[in-house]
Amino acid sequence: MNSFIPKSIAALTGFAMILGLALPVSAVELVVVSWGGAYTASQQKAYHDPYMKMNPGVKIINDDSAGDGVAKLRAMDQAGNVTWDLLDAVAADAMRLCDEGLVEVISHDLLLPPAPDGTPASEDFGDLIVSECFIPQIVYSTTFGYRKDLVSKPMTSVCDVFDLKTFPGKRSLQKRPIDNMEWALMCDGVDPSNVYDVLSTDAGIKQAFAKLDTIKDQVIWWTAGAQTPQLLADGEVVVGSTYNGRLFSMIAEDNQPVAMLWDWQVFDLDGWVIPKGSKNKHEVLKFVQFATDTQRLADQAKFISYGPARNSSAPLVGKHATLGIDMAPHMPTDPNNSKNTLLQNYNWWADNRDDLDTKFNAWLAQ
Amino acid sequence: MEQLLTADGIPLKVSLKKAYRREKLSAFLLVAPLLLFIVVTFLIPIVDMLMLSVDNSIVPEILPRTTKNIQTWDPHSGELPGEEIFEAFVKDLKEAKKNRTHTRVGQRLNYESSGLSSLFRSSGRKIKRIRRAPFKAALIKIDKRWGDLKTWQIIHQFSTPYTPAYYFAATDTKLKSSGEFIILPDEERIYSKLFLRTMLMSALITGLTLLIGFPVAYLLAILPTKIGNLLIILVLLPFWTSLLVRTCSWIALLQQHGVINDTLVSLGLLGEDERIAMIHNATGTVIAMTHILLPFMILPLYSVMKTIPKSFVRAAVSLGAHPWVAFWKVYFPNTVAGIGAGSILVFILSIGYYITPELVGGNTGTFISNRIAYSISISLNWGLAAALGVILLGIVIAFYILYDRIVGIDKMRLG
Repeated sequence: MNSFIPKSIAALTGFAMILGLALPVSAVELVVVSWGGAYTASQQKAYHDPYMKMNPGVKIINDDSAGDGVAKLRAMDQAGNVTWDLLDAVAADAMRLCDEGLVEVISHDLLLPPAPDGTPASEDFGDLIVSECFIPQIVYSTTFGYRKDLVSKPMTSVCDVFDLKTFPGKRSLQKRPIDNMEWALMCDGVDPSNVYDVLSTDAGIKQAFAKLDTIKDQVIWWTAGAQTPQLLADGEVVVGSTYNGRLFSMIAEDNQPVAMLWDWQVFDLDGWVIPKGSKNKHEVLKFVQFATDTQRLADQAKFISYGPARNSSAPLVGKHATLGIDMAPHMPTDPNNSKNTLLQNYNWWADNRDDLDTKFNAWLAQ
Repeated sequence: MEQLLTADGIPLKVSLKKAYRREKLSAFLLVAPLLLFIVVTFLIPIVDMLMLSVDNSIVPEILPRTTKNIQTWDPHSGELPGEEIFEAFVKDLKEAKKNRTHTRVGQRLNYESSGLSSLFRSSGRKIKRIRRAPFKAALIKIDKRWGDLKTWQIIHQFSTPYTPAYYFAATDTKLKSSGEFIILPDEERIYSKLFLRTMLMSALITGLTLLIGFPVAYLLAILPTKIGNLLIILVLLPFWTSLLVRTCSWIALLQQHGVINDTLVSLGLLGEDERIAMIHNATGTVIAMTHILLPFMILPLYSVMKTIPKSFVRAAVSLGAHPWVAFWKVYFPNTVAGIGAGSILVFILSIGYYITPELVGGNTGTFISNRIAYSISISLNWGLAAALGVILLGIVIAFYILYDRIVGIDKMRLG
């Protein structure tokens, strides 16, 4: 009896070791880099979880460093060790990465599934394919939200932000020239279709800064999307710009007394790029095919108020998954909200960004 | 004179030398791991940053034929380069388009003149149309900016593998492609202003920490050890608390509707519209940084003050000096080493600080490090970030040398 127990333990241990060595560890790990917070949560529920359920051998890991995505990818490329498999990038960053040859060129019609009615992917996405390396995912906008209870009457125009007499109090604007210069010019009498022509001249730049000067000492400059909602909730600012999905979370989920100011919202795109040198390219391509089809893009809209990039997804947008409210009226692309919109001129800003940014920071420091 | 010999017959001098050498070697071996660590993690990255700040290899690598041929052209002659340079460039651009590197060189040159990145991008798309001579006319037909003298002057200026352009940009100057050296106009100057602001605010912060830290260190030093040790926990606990937690708690205190403003308004001392703006400006940075860097001033002061015998002041008073005079003439001069150590520590830490100015500085309270971070992450101008970093390093080394001359670095004690 005494000698049997050690022998059986030895046998069991040996058996477990052989089992461990013999069973193949077949999990493929995909590192998907995104922006964190409510946005990554919506991707997790709409894309990652269903995909992992369909493919038990695949594990998707989230990394929240998309904010530094371009710099980090460049550093990884120089070190010769790319650890990311998929990156969620805004259109301007995707163009930059494509220019530097750090991401794969995609053939949209060959890779991505067509719409249910047969329209090829490139037409379903349409103009939103701003770069041959970019797979659009959502349309979001930078727009304003204001405290309903701290203003004398509802704000209806973006020029109300520049009106300190009727709407006194602090504002919060993004700490960059993009969007702010366009809004300043449009509220100074420039026709929206000429904004970039005017901004290309020195006089136009001075005009934009002069308009911004009228509110400069009342502005708090934000660099992270969560700052404006916090400032609005604290009552630090009366009106502030941020990404529309953050304002939706404040209004619908946190029940803050904030209202949306959609006038002249600036559209921007967020989408996928595939880093060159990724070790799981085959799996990533399969994931991207799944995650960017018509139904999946409409599914993401159940969790966050960003518009799906495909035309065919728009009619499928339904209700919020937990709150049960209709998402369509909260989309930047909804007809009620998109009467006046501006699509960021990526090519113009790619050329002039560095130059204008120096001038903007010099102006800020004065 | 007879040579002195040791017990085994070897001359004393030789034995002494051998023993001394052995001692030195064993001391070196003990320090060697640390030395290796510092070389790998400190010196090598700094050398790397130095190389990055002058690196322009991207242009000669992507446009090899052009950069070689363009040396024969005089950029001040007022004429466009010759046909053979255009031919070299077209060949280079075709190859770069195939390797997808043409946009990279366009982006680099765009830092010198806005518009070049789109020029390279669009020309890359159309370059296939040019099949044979005359290349000059064909290239200008694709885009008339190739007929601009300035475009070619810039390519000529940046055809060398090394360039000082990043240092010029970092000091708000520019060597234009026409050969003119200019200081940028006031509305485009940011770096010189930021460097000045960083140093002035850091000096202010150093002064404030000294003002607040000196009495605290004095109290801790003269109290009986038991009580003093208990009280020093009050200095160390915040020191060990996360930096972000402390910075965010200042945001909650100093906001327009934060604790301080709300208290003052509810007490009636301030009107509703007269709330003080203490954050998102230089005031917020100074307040938060003073609080955060205070332990670095208190601890060196405390350690120096603890070594001053209390009998000195008592002796001075017993000789007839007023207590205040005794303090200034006897006690204070003995603490100078501690003041020096604390000041240099606080100052050097402060000029390199990033996170606190970023969170509470607004736009009048940010430091040069915030701009360096911007260059690395967002504008991706790594050459400029490296140049700014090297200049900052130079400033720190200059202050270190100054400190060593005046006070002496081996007198520094941290408790």
